[in-house]
Amino acid sequence: MRTLLETRLLPAIVVAVIVVILPYFFPSAYYFRVGALVFIFALAVVGLNLLMGFAGQVSLGHAGFLGIGAYSVVIGPVYFGLPSWLCVFVGATVSGAVAFLVGRPILRLKGHYLAVATLGFGLLVAIVLTNEAGWTGGPDGMSVPRLALFNWQVRGSDSWYWIAGATLVGGFVLALNLMESPTGRALQAIHDSEIAALVLGIDVARKKLTIFVISAMYASVAGSYLALFNGHVTPDIAGFLRSIELVAMVVLGGMGSIVGSLVGAAVLVVLPQALTIFHEYEQALLGFILMVFMIFLRRGIVPSVAATFAGRRK
Amino acid sequence: MIILQTDQLSIAFGGVRAIDGVNLAIESGQVYSIIGPNGSGKTTLFNLVSGIYTPDDGSIRLAGEAVTGLAPDQLARRGLSRTFQNLQIFSRMSVLENVMVGRHRHERTGIFADLFHWPSVARQNQATVEAARAALARVDLADSASRPAGSLAYGALKRLEIARALASEPTLLLLDEPAAGCNPVETEEIDGVIRSIVKDGITVVLVEHDMRLVMNISSRIHVLASGRTLTEGTPEQVRSNVAVVQAYLGIHGSQESNRAFH
Repeated sequence: MRTLLETRLLPAIVVAVIVVILPYFFPSAYYFRVGALVFIFALAVVGLNLLMGFAGQVSLGHAGFLGIGAYSVVIGPVYFGLPSWLCVFVGATVSGAVAFLVGRPILRLKGHYLAVATLGFGLLVAIVLTNEAGWTGGPDGMSVPRLALFNWQVRGSDSWYWIAGATLVGGFVLALNLMESPTGRALQAIHDSEIAALVLGIDVARKKLTIFVISAMYASVAGSYLALFNGHVTPDIAGFLRSIELVAMVVLGGMGSIVGSLVGAAVLVVLPQALTIFHEYEQALLGFILMVFMIFLRRGIVPSVAATFAGRRK
Repeated sequence: MIILQTDQLSIAFGGVRAIDGVNLAIESGQVYSIIGPNGSGKTTLFNLVSGIYTPDDGSIRLAGEAVTGLAPDQLARRGLSRTFQNLQIFSRMSVLENVMVGRHRHERTGIFADLFHWPSVARQNQATVEAARAALARVDLADSASRPAGSLAYGALKRLEIARALASEPTLLLLDEPAAGCNPVETEEIDGVIRSIVKDGITVVLVEHDMRLVMNISSRIHVLASGRTLTEGTPEQVRSNVAVVQAYLGIHGSQESNRAFH
């Protein structure tokens, strides 16, 4: 029983160790900033991976939930005087509720149809955030009040590194727990055969809705953190490109691989920073590297590498 | 007790009456077979009874309860389970995990318990693993438990689907061509599995083309042709029914069908 517990949470423990050890190798404070960004994106990607890689339901509008989370920590404190930390939870609740309402009709759709419907949802959120300028500041966005925890003003990148890292470990634990539970098995079953899942008594529509709500809440928390960390937010956070970026992180890291979520986020956050030395060719090179990755590691980085090692051991 | 009853069950697809006024009255505790030429509506009848299709007309009663129009998952929770003619395996999961999914309707945890891995989830997982292993042992797949389901041979996959359905502890089990594509040895295994299932008090409804298996194992046989009941009765009655032989010969015209009946 003990070994079962240890293997289940092993990836979370590994990530916790990485979070703690990594700063010893940071040459400058700038790397705390990159690390914080990686962890924040990884949090959203873990949630999206539960939906896409695990339950097999695509979402091309997940940045919509990033946006809801991000604007919650602006609108709450600025207009209602709520503390920022509370607004992170409020945002997650609102995102969950929106996912519940949106998910009921659109999760009946499958494959490409679901992709387009979720795409529409993402666009809708971005347009509302742009047009409701009275609340959101319009296309120019708004500056985000600093997070304050018990009279501690959170501002430095290193503080955010630790907050995001700790939250990511928590996100890992919940995701890993879910994967080895009755709900997790039901979701995997839905991915492979909805009809077989149904005749085994699984309420497929409800399970899909559940995971859609959970993945929306992951994205929302990540969006709140991103806004608080950057200190400024624009509707771009909910934009189509952001949604695609999240999907690319899931696929690159490995569909259905929780560890892959972190790897995918790390590659797509760090790579553009590393490629800035190539100036105008940065984007082209990034695209090229992504293609090479997918051609040679077609199941995503983590599952492909794991399969290679497993094969070699035999 | 009549475990499954249909009354004037009908469904049409684009004007074609796939099932047309079929009455079933299946006694519990036996093997009840549904046979008929290809396209006679056997699988459609299964899809109606298991809730995948909703009938245009007629009614279905499961253990006396009116269940017409219920969804497959609702029927599953009332003790109906089935397998598929073209396999529906969870190919990304292990053999054991496939069967564990079969335990779903007996698992009592909520989403919060699952997310936070409350002690109830650990207990539940343990109970599910044990029940799933027992179901695998019944179809002689215990040794393959940790293999990826996709790596099993065809005959083993057929038995895996039966184990998965058994794990849900059904009172009524619909088997859609369990011996299709199986060699004689595998068919013999399926025969043994079905007999052991019935011995446990589970009613088995069988759609099958292998006439030797059907004739050996069934208490009663229901013959469909073009969506309608041709005849119903004991294997002996059906074997001696001229219309049945003609229905088969009329469609197939092969020696195969002829031999199967004699």
